[in-house]
Amino acid sequence: MMSKKRNIIALTIFLLVALATITANLWLPVSPAAIDANQRLLAPSGTHWFGTDDFGRDIFARVIVAARVSLAVGVIVAVVATVIGTLLGLVSGYFRKTDFILMRIVDGFLAFPALLLALALVAALGGSITNIVIALTIAFFPVMARVVRSAVLQIKNAQYIEAARTTGTNNVVIIFRYILPNVLSPIIVQSTFIFAKAILAEAALSFLGVGVNPSTPTWGNMLQESQIYITIAPWFSIFPGIAIVITVLSLNILGDGLRDAFDPHSVKKKRKRKPKQTAPAA
Amino acid sequence: MLSYTIRRLLSVIPVMLVVSIIVFLLVHLTPGNPAFIILGEDASPEAIAQLEKQLGLNEPLYIQFFDWIKQVMTGDLGTSVYSAQPVTELIFGNFGPTISLMVLSLLFILVISIPLAILIVSLRKTILDPLFTNASLLGVSIPEFWLAILLVLVFGVTFPIFPVAGYMPLAEGFGPWIYHLLLPAFVLALVEIGIIARMLRDSMLDSVNQDYTKTARAKGVRERDVLMKHVFSNALIPTTTVLGATVAGLLGGTVIIETLFTIPGIGQLLIDSIHRRDYPVIQGVVLFIAAIYVLVNLIVDLLYAFLDPRIRYD
Amino acid sequence: MLEVNNLHVHLDTPAGLVKAVDGVSFRLEAGQTIGIVGESGSGKSVLAHSLTKLNPEPPATYPKGEILFEGENILTMDKKRLRNLRGKEIAMIFQDPMSSLNPVFRIGRQLMEAIQTHQKLPKKEARQKAIELLIDVGIPDPERRMQDYPHQFSGGMRQRVLIAIALAARPKLLIADEPTTALDVTIQAQIIELLKSIQKKYGTSIIMITHDLGVVANLADRILVMYAGKIVESGSTADIFYDTAMPYTWSLLRSIPRLDAGASERLLHIEGHPPNLIHPPKGCNFHPRCPFARDACLQTDPPLAERGTNHMAACILTKPEFDKEKRAVAERKGVLLS
Repeated sequence: MMSKKRNIIALTIFLLVALATITANLWLPVSPAAIDANQRLLAPSGTHWFGTDDFGRDIFARVIVAARVSLAVGVIVAVVATVIGTLLGLVSGYFRKTDFILMRIVDGFLAFPALLLALALVAALGGSITNIVIALTIAFFPVMARVVRSAVLQIKNAQYIEAARTTGTNNVVIIFRYILPNVLSPIIVQSTFIFAKAILAEAALSFLGVGVNPSTPTWGNMLQESQIYITIAPWFSIFPGIAIVITVLSLNILGDGLRDAFDPHSVKKKRKRKPKQTAPAA
Repeated sequence: MLSYTIRRLLSVIPVMLVVSIIVFLLVHLTPGNPAFIILGEDASPEAIAQLEKQLGLNEPLYIQFFDWIKQVMTGDLGTSVYSAQPVTELIFGNFGPTISLMVLSLLFILVISIPLAILIVSLRKTILDPLFTNASLLGVSIPEFWLAILLVLVFGVTFPIFPVAGYMPLAEGFGPWIYHLLLPAFVLALVEIGIIARMLRDSMLDSVNQDYTKTARAKGVRERDVLMKHVFSNALIPTTTVLGATVAGLLGGTVIIETLFTIPGIGQLLIDSIHRRDYPVIQGVVLFIAAIYVLVNLIVDLLYAFLDPRIRYD
Repeated sequence: MLEVNNLHVHLDTPAGLVKAVDGVSFRLEAGQTIGIVGESGSGKSVLAHSLTKLNPEPPATYPKGEILFEGENILTMDKKRLRNLRGKEIAMIFQDPMSSLNPVFRIGRQLMEAIQTHQKLPKKEARQKAIELLIDVGIPDPERRMQDYPHQFSGGMRQRVLIAIALAARPKLLIADEPTTALDVTIQAQIIELLKSIQKKYGTSIIMITHDLGVVANLADRILVMYAGKIVESGSTADIFYDTAMPYTWSLLRSIPRLDAGASERLLHIEGHPPNLIHPPKGCNFHPRCPFARDACLQTDPPLAERGTNHMAACILTKPEFDKEKRAVAERKGVLLS
């Protein structure tokens, strides 16, 4: 089906971006850091595919290398926020007693718009890559905790879990052996979306000048630098932006596709609409 | 409904408590002595001692927290280290542009996304629907600030229709006010339009297949009325739940948009204060925005309950 | 009044083309009640929805056949005429009273909508009429209950409201798609009684769709038994119950819970599943589950054939052969019991 093809294209694009930036040193013809005062703000050409920036550096090389920081921040934030959020969600959903306290704390974090919380935290911690990862993790884990908790609540009273409980199975074993595997799909979907959002947020923080050190090439930093040249060198702004859009879009498509693939609700609904879908005659 | 309202109102208390703890702790997350950071590396020890005393930094943390909370409760958010103005004054002085921007954005969102979703649903058997689904995904994948830069390039530079920076207060007249706000408000709205329209479309498509829709058709009600009355009124309920998230997106977005279009709102105040390390103002603005967001979520939840008779009459 | 000729309804699903209704023909006279009986997945519900073209399109298509209502083909009607037919000439009530009423509108509004769609009435008169309808279907305190929302009614009461909505424009034909399935047994009986009294009072024709032969036993004049999209037996209610000519009908009869059954007589259910209609079995559709199937059943799909006056069945077994099989079963049971 069409949507399946769309998912494969999205995955391919994302992997290509990741591969390109990881192996960049091996194949980039020009160094992303090579400054040339005679080559400032050149329009895209055969030698400089995406043109050059205000220091005469090759924008294509910089866009490729910049993906490292953006993707690294995205991956780490997605993984750490997922682990913390999942643990909190599991505990909160499974143990009634801790639920109230934990969820009030999570609600407190959720009371800030995510970007604003990250901004305030980076302002306090200082703008290093580590601090940005910490700030974005704090901004995004509460959503994960909420998602996991509601998934746990839905299956908590399923018969196989009741059965495990009545046979005296250890709670930790129940949580990790019986519950976690059954709430994995919303976790995977949500972590894909966090990945996408973290890339956008990192770019926004860098753009606002509170993110990664301006000398490090990141997509956000490039857009921040390019802003004043928008009228004379629009390519300087356009290409880093396109890089963000392509990467984030492929992640969002993947997340959307995973959600459709996992969602038992939508499958059931489809079944209902074709009433003849019963098992073949024995 | 009454008990629901009371319960919902009470739930604001623990949330605001956690919020204020987080905001309070912000200053204490800074590496090193906050007074040092505020005054700079080469401040005199006397000045630092003076500021420490002023900020109460010598007291134990919980005492500092209770002192701060007591202050906040009386409406005192401290004074700016940079301008020596009360923080509340700064916030209210800068709030006009922000609220103007947000209200106009919200208006854009509602006026565009609702008809869009209805159109998509009524033409669901055409190419328009997959086109729209992909477009809404594209919408949430575009960085707001980049889109703003591009629109400035198109509508401010190539075709100079709109001003690309600045703000006119409403007091200067409706025309100049809205003229300066149209472009930033539209940029701010664009991403959220995709989200709301998608949510409304999904809910409407869900509702289209419900039994009550079949009942309406079996009555002989015309398809247009089935869609506009039965389907739409049901789809509106789940859609209101994302309105809170929309406002969060707008609140976060104003910071970027105000900086880009040099609109003197609280977003720009926040960014300026971050660059100046003016912590009382940072704390004040963050607390203020969180409080607005909590309030908006409260209103949204009550609206949800009001729209759904199953909760309203319970 | 209603004449269905060689109706085919296909559902175009991702898994393949489902022939949900596969060449069904029947007639309904004014004032008559027909029961259409079959398991879930037999196509009876798709058939019922076809009668007012309520199947969602896609996936549904109507490749062959016609549905004549008072001489007019419903399948080729324009939208406007079809809207005028729905509710006014042919009304329908559905299986699940819980989800068939719009949860965000008051009952009064939903009832008045049904009235005003087909009659230009001022609001006040429409309201009066709505109240009368609620009285008619046995809802106490109707004036107050007009202001209530669906969730404030019990399941049985909701089904009464839906019947009131269906009766709003005094339709000539009422199609009831499993109207009692979602309800408690005692409530089921009340709804059946209500339908009966309506029929008596207004002379409305009724098509009753059900999986339970017991439900139509004392309501229907005629019964159509459906299996795998086809009618496999049709006849008067007496024919179906006392002169059964098709093993599937016989199996259905044996699955009815009976109050007079002895404790030792176990309730039977039919083994196996209804066939996959994307790849139907060769020969007779029922042979994989038929207790009396023989080799010939794998080869030929028997057409509906006359078994008596207005009694048709699709089975290769002749009456004596079938009776012999039935006797054998009874004897076997006797052996088991002694």
